Amino acid sequence: MEPLSTFEIAGRIIYQLSPVWFSLVILYAASIGFKRRLGLYGKLFDSPIGMIGFGLVMFWVFTGIYGAMDMIITHDPLVQVSGMKNKVPGTPMNGATEADYPYYLLGGDNLARDVFSRLVKGAWEVIKIAPMAAVFAFMVGITLGLPAGYYGGRLDTTLSFAANLILAFPVILLFYLLVTPEIVATGVPNYMAIVLFIFPIVFVGVLLNSRYYTRPKVRNLVLPLVLGIIIWFYLQLVSNGGYLINTPAYSIPGLPRVMDMFDIPGGILVVFVSVVFVNSPTVFRIVRGLTLDIKTRDYVAAAQTRGEGPWYIMLWEILPNARGPLIVDFCLRIGYTTILLGTLGFFGLGLPPESPDWGSTINDGRKLLSIYLHPALPPAFALLTLVLGLNLLADGLREESLKD
Amino acid sequence: MGLFILRRSGVMLLTALCLTFIVFFLTNLYPNLEKLAKTQGNFRMSDEAVASWLDANGYGGSMVSKYGQWLGVLPGWTRETEKGFTGRCMTGAVSAEEAAEAPTFCGILQGDWGYSTRFKDEVSTIIAERLGNTGRLMFWVLVLMVPSALIIGVLAGMREGSVTDRSLSTASILTTATPEYVSGVIFIAVFTSSTVGLKWFKGTATSAMDNPNFENFFLPVLTIALYGMGYIARMTRASMTEVMTAQYIRTARLKGVSFHNIVLKHALRNALIAPFTVIMLQFPWLLNGVVIVETLFNYKGFGWILVEAAGNNDIELLLAVSVVSVFVVLITQLISDIGYVYLNPRIRIS
Repeated sequence: MEPLSTFEIAGRIIYQLSPVWFSLVILYAASIGFKRRLGLYGKLFDSPIGMIGFGLVMFWVFTGIYGAMDMIITHDPLVQVSGMKNKVPGTPMNGATEADYPYYLLGGDNLARDVFSRLVKGAWEVIKIAPMAAVFAFMVGITLGLPAGYYGGRLDTTLSFAANLILAFPVILLFYLLVTPEIVATGVPNYMAIVLFIFPIVFVGVLLNSRYYTRPKVRNLVLPLVLGIIIWFYLQLVSNGGYLINTPAYSIPGLPRVMDMFDIPGGILVVFVSVVFVNSPTVFRIVRGLTLDIKTRDYVAAAQTRGEGPWYIMLWEILPNARGPLIVDFCLRIGYTTILLGTLGFFGLGLPPESPDWGSTINDGRKLLSIYLHPALPPAFALLTLVLGLNLLADGLREESLKD
Repeated sequence: MGLFILRRSGVMLLTALCLTFIVFFLTNLYPNLEKLAKTQGNFRMSDEAVASWLDANGYGGSMVSKYGQWLGVLPGWTRETEKGFTGRCMTGAVSAEEAAEAPTFCGILQGDWGYSTRFKDEVSTIIAERLGNTGRLMFWVLVLMVPSALIIGVLAGMREGSVTDRSLSTASILTTATPEYVSGVIFIAVFTSSTVGLKWFKGTATSAMDNPNFENFFLPVLTIALYGMGYIARMTRASMTEVMTAQYIRTARLKGVSFHNIVLKHALRNALIAPFTVIMLQFPWLLNGVVIVETLFNYKGFGWILVEAAGNNDIELLLAVSVVSVFVVLITQLISDIGYVYLNPRIRIS
């Protein structure tokens, strides 16, 4: 078979991505149609920059999700096909049978794997970790930043010192110290996971309690139910194979295996924990600064005069009024987390070596960059467009939220 | 002001102590020590052999006492072996008389940074040499980054919403969205690869350590500078647009001062206060960029030894690296605080 020309490659990639285009069109049609009823999200479609950014982000989200469902990929991203090593884009697959896709659309890498399929699978690696890590970083940052800003005093001094301590660490040094097989063997990431993942429970618990404590009937129904589910998830998250911490020297038993529905592989857990750990001090500082500003407003004084509790004021008066800057920062933080995940992959830390994530792929490809460009450039552009999309989205949101 | 600097220095020292202890703790966890023993001795050591190697080389004992020894507030360890005396403050095995003459304390307070197990050399010499390489890199990064970022920011902020503003702002968002390992890879592919044909620069900066020139040094400098440039430019733009709407600018314009003069003589000075702090606070990020770019371009500087030391669990080198980087971060923070007060007479710390 003849190798494909550039136009044929582009055409086939666009065809391969058709579920993504289809979903994007539906999403945009629905969003623009109902944009007056959708609040801030709807207003996003008034700003061209925000629309472009949102489009780029959703493109990669859909690609990641469909890629995880094996819809877009043309080959198994881990399978090596002999004779396809470092082949240029559009090369017909060596020894393709009826069931195989006949071409390597973006060529083969130095282990003869399909670059296009790895690119699509890599999108899923980012989509499944980055937003969750940003959510957890925000939970930690908000739960600690609100009281630090509201109460001030010694609590603020201590927490700010701790936050500055983490921020003074060069991120890469921290990763090199935390994300190694030796550290995983000591159980340090598990301890960190146990501590960091408590914050969402505290956050939701205090949030609901402060809202409903005047209506004990509702509270006594809602609070145990919600907390029970969250705590169950928490225990599933932190316990692996029946143990909270399982090192050769000692182990602490956790949730029994029967109730444990999913296990997180040690590599992913340590990556997740360290990314949350690195991001939360910045969120803490932002939340603290916003709280310091907002707590001098009249509506806070009014709530204090009404006799509301401090946690009600923090979570139901201050936090909703700080949402604008926080939403914008949330988008930027997902982008920064994506960059951090790429950095980890670039240094070969944490994720397994054959993992298709973009950082690892760039790192693999850069060694032969002066001869073969195609293995390293697609993941580099993918990461660039996703982070660019998040930045543009944040910019659009900022513009629209400043308008009113 | 004096009191302020004094208090900040105190906090700085406390931060450095806490941070080095964290690094010390993590590098001295048993699996890390075991890995160190096996790379230094041999990979098939039994558990007992590992334990005795660790004890003979001073890695036994409690975490706090070892940290005290490294710091130089506790006496260094000594062991008596059949070859003679060994200890933290002695090199190799020495006789009893020499052992008696050796200093009791040798930590960083005494100026002894220890011995690198990876490079088989004194840590202080390695750090001094590599820091020089990185210093040169950083110098050119700042020379390239700061003026271009300020010019882009001022040009964009001069007329808010104009075509220049839109295009320059988009360009700065693009550079902040491109981490060093992405832009570096793209630059190497475009400018150095033999397949594309643009062979303007060299893909490695190894030769730049002895003989830096435009051909082998420009790409690493550009790669680091670009990532920080967009952020500084955006801050400058924000500050410039704010200044351009101020009352005194309107007064100047109504008086008939030319636009050129308004920007250069009236607006620029006030607009550059905020970017100053931002530039100073960029240093920790530049440090990250340095590590990535030195790995990517194979330039053996400070970032490169960080990777080497961390990869081989070279405890004392890693501690020295963290001390240096923490001080760089904290001192730039201090300078940014002091400089902000100095530049902006409206703020005074009482």
